Parts: sequence; C-alpha cells; structure tokens
Amino acid sequence: MMSGRLRWRKFVSNFMLAMTGVCAFVSVLVLFFILGYLVFNGGTSINWDFFTKLPKPVGEAGGGMSNAIVGSGKILLLASLFGVPIGFLGGIYLAEFSGKGMASVVRYAADLLNGVPSIVIGIFAYSLVVLPFKHFSAYAGAFALGMMMIPITLRSTEEFLKSVPRMLREGAMALGASKWKTIATVIVPAAYRGIMTAILLALARVAGETAPLLFTAFGNRFESHGWSQPTATLPVMIYTYAVSPYEDWHRQAWAAGLVLLGLVLIINILARTILSRGIAVPRS
Amino acid sequence: MGTSTTALKGAGPVTGSRSFIAKLRDGDEIARLITLVFAASVVLITAALVLELWVNSALPRQKFGLHFFATSVWDPIMDQYGALPFIYGTMVTSAVALLIAVPLGIGAAIFLAELAPPRVSDTLQFFIDLLAAVPSVIYGLLGVFIVVPIMRTMIYPALNKPFGYLPIFKGPSYGVGFMTAGIVLAIMVIPYIISVSREVLLSVPRDQREAALALGSTRWESTWKVVVPFAKTGIMGSIFLALARALGETMAVTMVIGNTPKIAASLFAPGYSIAAVIANEFTEATGDLYLQSLIALGLVLFLLTFVLNGLARILIVVTTQKGSEVGG
Repeated sequence: MMSGRLRWRKFVSNFMLAMTGVCAFVSVLVLFFILGYLVFNGGTSINWDFFTKLPKPVGEAGGGMSNAIVGSGKILLLASLFGVPIGFLGGIYLAEFSGKGMASVVRYAADLLNGVPSIVIGIFAYSLVVLPFKHFSAYAGAFALGMMMIPITLRSTEEFLKSVPRMLREGAMALGASKWKTIATVIVPAAYRGIMTAILLALARVAGETAPLLFTAFGNRFESHGWSQPTATLPVMIYTYAVSPYEDWHRQAWAAGLVLLGLVLIINILARTILSRGIAVPRS
Repeated sequence: MGTSTTALKGAGPVTGSRSFIAKLRDGDEIARLITLVFAASVVLITAALVLELWVNSALPRQKFGLHFFATSVWDPIMDQYGALPFIYGTMVTSAVALLIAVPLGIGAAIFLAELAPPRVSDTLQFFIDLLAAVPSVIYGLLGVFIVVPIMRTMIYPALNKPFGYLPIFKGPSYGVGFMTAGIVLAIMVIPYIISVSREVLLSVPRDQREAALALGSTRWESTWKVVVPFAKTGIMGSIFLALARALGETMAVTMVIGNTPKIAASLFAPGYSIAAVIANEFTEATGDLYLQSLIALGLVLFLLTFVLNGLARILIVVTTQKGSEVGG
C-alpha cells in the first residue's frame, strides 16, 4: 500500500518529468515551425526570375535577386580564402609545433574572437578596410566574415589533429619521415574529415551573417563588377526587403529567406551526417 | 614540395638531436615558422580589434566621460550622445529573453540528459543544433511577420486587460517593442542553453543518481535535488553564454524592437538596443563625434560579452572537471 505522501511524491515526479518532456518538445517544434513558415511563404513566392533577374526599381513588381546570390557566393569564397588558411595552419601550429606559453595566448585570442558580437566585427572591418579605401567593397565584407571563420577553424583543426592516434605519428617517424612530412602525409589526412566538417559548419554560420555586412559590403541594386564595389548579399537583402513597406518586397524577402535557410541547413545536415560519420568525438 | 633526397636523408640512423641546419633542410623549421606566422596573426587580428575600438572611441570618452552612460539624450543634430536608452533596451530585452529561455532550456536539457533514451536524445540534439544554425536575419523575418502580429492581437490584450495597472504592462502596443524583441531573443538562445546544459548534466557521475535513488528518492527528486545542484555552476555557465549571445544579437532585435531611443517602463513600448543603433545609424553617421559615439557603444558591447563569455567558460570547465574527478 502506498501512503498518501509517497503517492504525492510520485505524482510530483511524474508531473515534473512530463513537463521537461514538454519543454524539449516545444523547443524542437520551433525548428519545424520556422521551416514550415518559410516553405509555405517562400515556396509560394519563389520563381525562376528570383534566381536570374536583377531587382526592379521601387514600385515595379517582379524582378529577382541574382546579384545578391552571386554577391553572397563571391564574398563567401573570398572569406574562406582568408579565414580557412589562417585557422587551418594556425591550428597545425597549436597541435604540432607550439610550446605551452604561445599556444595558450593563441587559444585565448581565438576564444575571445569567437565571442565578439558580429556587429563589432563589422565596425572593425569598416575602420580597417572601408575607411582607408573610402568605399564599401566585397573585400571588406569578406574580411569581416573571414575573421569570424578563423576561431572555429583553428580550434577544431587543433582538436582533430590532437585526436589522431599516437601510433600513426610514431609509425611515420620510425620510417624516417621528417616531422612536417609526417604532418602533411599522415596526420592531416587522418584528421581530414573532421576538419572539413568544422570548416563547412563555419561557412554555414557566416553565410547567414547580416550585421557585419551592413557597413562593409553594404548592398547594391545592380550587378557589382570586380571586388571593390558595394556588393549585394542575400542576408542583407532579406533585411532591407523585410523592413521595407512594399508588399512585393516582402514576398521576395520570404523567397530569399527560404533559399538562405535551405542553403544553411543543407550544409549543416551534410556536414553533420555524411562527412562526420564514424568520427570519434574529439576530447574536449 | 620536398624532394626525395630529404626523405632519404631523414631515413638514415639518427644520432642525437639534429642541428638547426639539418632541421631547416628537412623542412621542419620552415613548417614551424610558417604555421607560427599564421597562429600569430590570430593574436594580431584580435589585438588590432581591441585597439581599433579603443582608439576610435576616444572623442566621446574625452567629451562625455562617464556621463556617456548616464545621459539619455541621443541627438545627432545637437551633437549630444548619451548611451542610457540603448543600454536600458539591451538589458531589458535580454532579461525578458532569459526569463523565458532559462526554464524552457533547462527543462529540455533535463529531459535530454536524464530521461530520453540515448538515441532519442541524440536525434533531438541534432534538431537543436540545426535550430542554433538558423541565421538571425531569418528569426528577424519571422519576428516581423509572425511574432509582431501575434503580439498585437493576442499577447498584448491577454496581459494588458488583467494586469494593465502594472507599469510594465501599461500603455498602448504597436506590436514592436521590448517584449517582442525579448521573445524573439528567447527563441534564439534556447538552443545554446539546451546544448551546454545537456553536456554538463551528462557529465554528472552515474553513482550520484544511483545513490539518491537507493536512498528512496523518486526519479524527479534525484534529478532536481542531486543531479542539478551538482551541475549548477555549469548550468550557470550556459546561461551566461546565452546572455552574451542575447546582448550582442543585432538583426533580429533591430527588426522588432521599434528603434526609438526612449526609456519606457512598459514592456510593450518601442525601444532601442546597443547593437540595433549601431546597425541602423553607422552608415549615416556624419561627423567624428557621432561615429565615434557609435564605436564607443560597440566597445561597451565588446566588453560586456568578453566578461560574460570568460565567466561562462570558467564555470563550464569547472563543472565538467568536477564530474570527471568525482566519477574517477
């Protein structure tokens, strides 16, 4: 027989545990809610023009965002060319060459950089790249985004390199390979998939960044030629169109939102499932 | 790349430590130096960031001093700049966000760490990770077109009618405002609280739970009175992390806060935040004092997140280490 007190305690236990389940359920539901809304609103307003046409002047319906799609691609490419080598080679230094003192300084700087709000990164890129050249450019936007890719690439390169088994290292050394040869031909290939996953995740993260682009790449209603002109990007377009008073722009903001979210989620899912399959979690 | 002779050279019997010249010829020293340059550039960039913020905010520091934080007039025409409305807006929206996100996030983390079978927990965590990856401008988009109308037509009447006499629920609602921004921020930071709290809870040693259960406590009692207190500092860390995110969040807040530099007691009133004013006014700031005042706001934001992130990291590391020590 259960006493009343025990029955009460059991009831409280079951109730509270059920509530935690509700919390988890609600939190995950938000994702499907977001997806559903974007597919519903974006799906009905997306069309071929969106990918192939330039924005129309204010007041005219139709047009697309081909310039923003190209612009985002250009800036992401340049950002990767800037951020990935620094992060990757710096990570190799941390894992393979560094002494204790220097390593902790680099790690500290990277963690600090990782926590800086993206709008502050934008201010920095503005005063370093925009002001001296006196105009907004794809360079400046790429500098800001590349900077945000550095810490993620650096720390994960270090962790994945460190998690390569000692025996591989010793085997290569025993065969007479020099240290850098061991790193280049044995250790990095062994950690390759983990590092690629991390780089892709970093790319997906900066692909959706808006704040650092507002006053670096700025925006453009036309095709931007070369790298030193103001450049339109998808996230900034979504922002400008969403806060505008025009119905047709809202429609296009939804379409752009769907494209951007689709891109970011697909990179995330691919990186997290296919590429990182079977990779042991690096020690933290 | 390297020639085959270097490989042959290294293949010989190694006697003692190699000289610097030999290492240089094998490429080891060159590789070390090259990677060192890249690693050092990370430090350099970070240092340059701090320096730029400091140097480029000198004017308002000299002109206003600490009054910058205490005055609430933001008037570009009169060249008067006070940061108080923005600091107020940032703090209020972040507080609202945490009030909503902390209970929900910790509840969900408890479910994932304590109750759900590993497979279910991992699957749900996968979705939570995806949620954390959704760009902030997308949250802003949904905020403008979904949360703002809901706010105006449902939440405002529901709170204003019965509680309208309270200052925080007083006054008219335009849909945009502190409360709306807080709700959107809450949705954005929940994934961070869940992920980190789950990790911390999972690091609590098994025997802590078993001991509590063996003493006759119910499942909930062992969780709430033993496991959660054990992980308390780490959970605090996850909250600080979420707070740092909320303070620095720009786009979603800019789109729904109303962008009005006023201090209002009502949560339904429109306001402004530090990040939002930088985003809105930076490109049109004319005059050095105006621009530098905005940069000074950026510096404030940087310092706030710097302190919070540092604290969060310490708390999380302390807790997970405690777990592995006790767990042996």
